[in-house]
Amino acid sequence: MLDVILMLLVLFNLFSLGSTRISASIRVVAYQGAAIGVVPLFLPGKIPGGILVTIVLVTLLVKAGILPWFLRYAQKRVNVRREEKPFVGASASILSGVAALGTAFFISSRLPIPFAVASPFIVPVALSVSLTGFFIIISRAEALSQVIGYLILENGIYLFGIALLLEQPLLVELGMLLDVFVGIFVMGITVFHISREFEHTDTSRLSGLADWLPEVKRSE
Amino acid sequence: MNNLYPLFNVIIALAAAPLMFGVINRIKAFFAGRKGPPLLQLYFDIWKLLRKGAVYSRTTGIFFRLAPSAGLIAVLTALLFIPCGAYPAVLFFPGDMVLVVYLLGAQRFCMLLAALDTGSSFEGMGAGRDAHFSVFSEAVLFLCLAAMSAASGSVSLNGMLFTAGGRIWQVSPPVLVVVVFVLYIVLLAENYRVPFDDPNTHLELTMIHEVMALDHGGPDLAMLEYAAALKFWILASLPAGLLFPHGMKPDFFGNAALFLGLIALTAALTGALESCAARLRLVKVPQMLTAAAALSVVALIFLAK
Repeated sequence: MLDVILMLLVLFNLFSLGSTRISASIRVVAYQGAAIGVVPLFLPGKIPGGILVTIVLVTLLVKAGILPWFLRYAQKRVNVRREEKPFVGASASILSGVAALGTAFFISSRLPIPFAVASPFIVPVALSVSLTGFFIIISRAEALSQVIGYLILENGIYLFGIALLLEQPLLVELGMLLDVFVGIFVMGITVFHISREFEHTDTSRLSGLADWLPEVKRSE
Repeated sequence: MNNLYPLFNVIIALAAAPLMFGVINRIKAFFAGRKGPPLLQLYFDIWKLLRKGAVYSRTTGIFFRLAPSAGLIAVLTALLFIPCGAYPAVLFFPGDMVLVVYLLGAQRFCMLLAALDTGSSFEGMGAGRDAHFSVFSEAVLFLCLAAMSAASGSVSLNGMLFTAGGRIWQVSPPVLVVVVFVLYIVLLAENYRVPFDDPNTHLELTMIHEVMALDHGGPDLAMLEYAAALKFWILASLPAGLLFPHGMKPDFFGNAALFLGLIALTAALTGALESCAARLRLVKVPQMLTAAAALSVVALIFLAK
């Protein structure tokens, strides 16, 4: 069962890399969050049942409920439908995702893990989810896509955390979840302000901002 | 007698392959609310065509006349390497999967040569598209076969689908489900079905397979159609062989019925898909096949670990 979830996570990765439609990406991130949320149920560990259920429910609520809902709300407010000009096209992104998966498997084969993990795939998949998140952040121009990339990156880190730190630091995980929650909120509000100020959310054009602008650029 | 069973299975394939296109068309007719052509329509068509004479244009050369029979021979040879459920293939040796893929490639090459030989610009366009898309679909097929051989530890189709039996599923079931899915996509692409090509369209600007068969007539067209049906059977045998319930230990007729049922199920699924989906834009086809290639590489990485 764990392997099914891990395979699904990789498929969601590839899908989010291949889609340029923001609403589809948000939905896939929600599915991915839900899939990662239920992973603790399938791990052999000594976590007491009550805490386990709390963890799963809180994760599901935040990752598959509140954050996607908020992203959808922000998307409606700034009114962007699709990634118009990504720096890397859909096919090349998917192939990069596959390359990232290969790299993740290679790294994890070189990574000595001092204790047994539930599945041999869990570490490479966690790494590949993080790498995919990084790739989406650097390859997309639309600010909302980058927030989605950040969320995928965090999914990978969370998976890594619950896979390896089974015993005590669940509190740390919850703290991290809160950080991400606040982070996404701040980003969403920032995106909204960018769009209100400039009537677009293309971050590649934001890098040209300065106090002083030549007259040619101002006409944009 | 037991040694002859694989040969009987080949005969079943030869006899039943055209039936599958009948199944597809009946399912499409059912979705559209029509009665549809008879299940045996392709047999009637082939019989009708075989009794006709062939007409050759003066611009065509030797390739145009040779290609249909050469293509049919290539596909017939490939069929000998395909195991049928609980019975082995007629011929097998380590690495025969490469030969099978290239025999199918040889059949395509014959089609392309014949299409170019007519000198018609439309047939040239069809041939160009076919060559373009086959670059992707052949690679995806090879990646799937590599993933299957990683799961079964064998480099022959017989070893993957017959000797390994159901054990291939013990390695990692979810990954193998992905392989079956990608094999189905390859089946659609290689057989020019929706969403890669629409077999119903007869607008020269959009079609691939139909346009390459336009100038053939009589026995040549019959051979092309029959080779297409056999190619569908061969490519459907790969996912059907993976999904075959080896645990049931069926007797000869049970085995044949089960295998035929699985392939007919593939055909029915194709018909249903064709009724619900539209053809992709031509520029989107390589993207779709790239995504399929990505899936098969993912499966390969998981299985090879």
